[in-house]
Amino acid sequence: MNPDPLLHVEDLAKRFVCHMQDGKVILGFEGVSFRVREGAALALTGPSGAGKSSVLKCIYRSYLPVQGRIRYRPLEGGEIDLARASETEVLRIRRAEIGYVTQFLSVLPRVPAVDVVAEPLITAGAPPAEARRRARAMLERIGIEPTLWEAFPATFSGGEKQRVNFARAVIRPPRLLLLDEPTASLDRRAMAVVIEVLAEMKARGTTMIAVFHEDSLLDSLMDERYRLPSKEAPP
Amino acid sequence: MKALRAQVRDALRPGLRGSAFEGAGARYSWAFLDESAKREIRRRMLKAIAIPGCQVPFGSREMPIARGWGTGGLQLTLALIGPGDVLKVIDQGSDDSVNAVNIKKFVQRVTGVAVTTDTRRATLIQTRHRIPEERLDSGQVLIFQVPIPEPLRLVEPSERETRRMHAEADYSRMWLYLYEDIVRYGEITVGARYPVMVNGRYLMDPSPIPRWDLPRLDRAENLFLFCAGREKRIYAVPPHTAVEPLSFEDFAFRVEDFAGRRCRRCGSSASYLDEVLDDATGGRSWVCSDTSFCEKRRRGAGPAEGERPGGAA
Amino acid sequence: MTPLLSVRGLTQRYGTGCSACLELTGSRRETNRCPRCGAIVACRQVSFDLFPGEVLGIVGESGSGKSTVVRLLHFDEEPWAGEYRLAAASAADAGGGNLFALSPFARRRIRNEHMGIVYQHPRLGLRMKVSAGGNIAERLLMAGWRHVGRIRERASALLQQTEVPLSRMDEPPRNFSGGMQQRVQIAKALSTRPAVLLLDEVTTGLDVSVQAKVLDLIRSLQRELGIAMLVVSHDLGVIRLLTTRTIVMRYGEIIEEGLSDQILEDPQQPYTQLLVNSVL
Repeated sequence: MNPDPLLHVEDLAKRFVCHMQDGKVILGFEGVSFRVREGAALALTGPSGAGKSSVLKCIYRSYLPVQGRIRYRPLEGGEIDLARASETEVLRIRRAEIGYVTQFLSVLPRVPAVDVVAEPLITAGAPPAEARRRARAMLERIGIEPTLWEAFPATFSGGEKQRVNFARAVIRPPRLLLLDEPTASLDRRAMAVVIEVLAEMKARGTTMIAVFHEDSLLDSLMDERYRLPSKEAPP
Repeated sequence: MKALRAQVRDALRPGLRGSAFEGAGARYSWAFLDESAKREIRRRMLKAIAIPGCQVPFGSREMPIARGWGTGGLQLTLALIGPGDVLKVIDQGSDDSVNAVNIKKFVQRVTGVAVTTDTRRATLIQTRHRIPEERLDSGQVLIFQVPIPEPLRLVEPSERETRRMHAEADYSRMWLYLYEDIVRYGEITVGARYPVMVNGRYLMDPSPIPRWDLPRLDRAENLFLFCAGREKRIYAVPPHTAVEPLSFEDFAFRVEDFAGRRCRRCGSSASYLDEVLDDATGGRSWVCSDTSFCEKRRRGAGPAEGERPGGAA
Repeated sequence: MTPLLSVRGLTQRYGTGCSACLELTGSRRETNRCPRCGAIVACRQVSFDLFPGEVLGIVGESGSGKSTVVRLLHFDEEPWAGEYRLAAASAADAGGGNLFALSPFARRRIRNEHMGIVYQHPRLGLRMKVSAGGNIAERLLMAGWRHVGRIRERASALLQQTEVPLSRMDEPPRNFSGGMQQRVQIAKALSTRPAVLLLDEVTTGLDVSVQAKVLDLIRSLQRELGIAMLVVSHDLGVIRLLTTRTIVMRYGEIIEEGLSDQILEDPQQPYTQLLVNSVL
């Protein structure tokens, strides 16, 4: 295994400039630096509002960091700074290597649950029938009632939505998985399944960075933790 | 081509002032048009011959007949005719219609040339809406009177746009029209003025001749000239030029079908027939549209059987 | 990766214009009308790439120049300046260079072969009196199809794909609802299997439920055909649903571009923030 970290975050900072509020600056986080070895699982910790989710969003490029580097080693070799790479490069790496599970369902409307889950496989070139078969198996495993498989997730309960979201993110195991409170609205039983799936993925080499509540069962999966620096009072 | 060149050379010879046109004195040029008008028309004709199927604008003159009654054809005839020419004028195949006779008389009066009804004898034939049944040869020129020279007018009212379409060979609108015709009626219903592609490049209006006549335009021995006096356009199909009616692979072009009917007068079953109603009895019969052809057959001098367009029997 | 479509320095000016037009307009000047000569600079120095299979959004308010960009790319009008390359157009067609420099004849061929467009107003993209099938046939006829049976087969397949009842194939689109007219437009645009599909405000003016259906159709076609699309809209919902990358235009200029989720979640420019925060 490559001794270099898969991901190396250096002095990363995110600030939001609110132009609609006379340019008020809101600090997301700053001075964040950490490394994640390939195959390892890192927990981001810190008090609520410390910017844990924002760090994940910066890595995924849903947020544009204002400072620092996110050095990532893609499968094809070399290194790419996800903070500065072109959108096209980021998209390519995202599609091929990075998964992201949020606590909120952000999937497309009017698409049946099974297709929501199957889509990443189809995008990657799997035959649609095969992709749907695997999607159904995954939905079954994480405890979604078969009657819901052809229904639109928009009508689901919070916990069901979250599980569909999770299934979509892991159906095609990514190289790097970003987890933002993936078990927040799950009951104990569902949580156990999620953790089981994640443990399998980890065993097969998926690297993970997770944000979760202190008492979560997810803790057992984590190899390392990184506590976000406390924020100074905004200027 | 040799004959064509001779034709054009003859046409470009200076007019023979006064030689035959004595009645009206020296007030008119020979062949009515003044020499500069003839020269302009001849130059336009040459351009039209050089770009087969392309409409060439020209300065259409006032003629002593009304616009829409063959002024275009007449101007070409007068610009092209020489003292040695033999003229035939037909109107929908007939040598005897008032219009044809008047035009023939007029040209004869201003030139003194010989006239004929015999298709084979004529060197210049001015026609409205027909091509004679007998095959023309390289020494003959057929001049069409054209009401609407623009084949795309059917689908596009703007002249600016139709010119662009010709320039870019963008004929999809015409094809679309034919497609819609097939969708609506199960066949192409265009009768006269059936659009043709000339030399694989220009879409051309063959004037309102029946579909029956279209195959005769294709790779003919003779020169075809077209002129619209009101619309001020000249175009041409030179000898040996490919002329193809638009058609689809699965909806071939077809000529009119007379279902085995024969001419009441000459018995021909292979010429274009006109339907005739007998006012007294109300009965229907069919006669050859080409009167000269029919006459010859009745005299036993013409071809035994008409020459079916495209050679098909 | 080689871009499928690439635009550099695209600029369009309406009116006589003066030497100060570009200097005195743009998002910094908060106008696209030259205060000295009154000319409109509809778009200025617009440069971007569209990659194979990608869906790129252009968002902005009316007058931002986004539709002008589409019209220019579709050769509906002549640009004032700019370069335009299309990888799909063979070197022989494109002369290896700027498509704007080609003859109208060559451009029309490239457009018919490689581009499809769906306009906001179906009457711009459809012949309202010609049958729905005929509208599709026109592009095929332009591409040299000369077999009515095969044309009708292809048209039926396209209408089926875009969920237009086949029983209405021989009816003119003026008899159709707005949503169905858009479907016919989409079928027509896809008829020659173009490399690029240009969508100009395709759902604007439709009922919300119809909008959703049209958007779903476009999304499923994109997934099935993998066709690259340029989606122009003032509606961030459309951008969110269809695109992966987004360009924000204002006063004829690109003021911001990024991944669509980044533009929506972390907009940088004041105008983009206003746009995102104005979503109902």
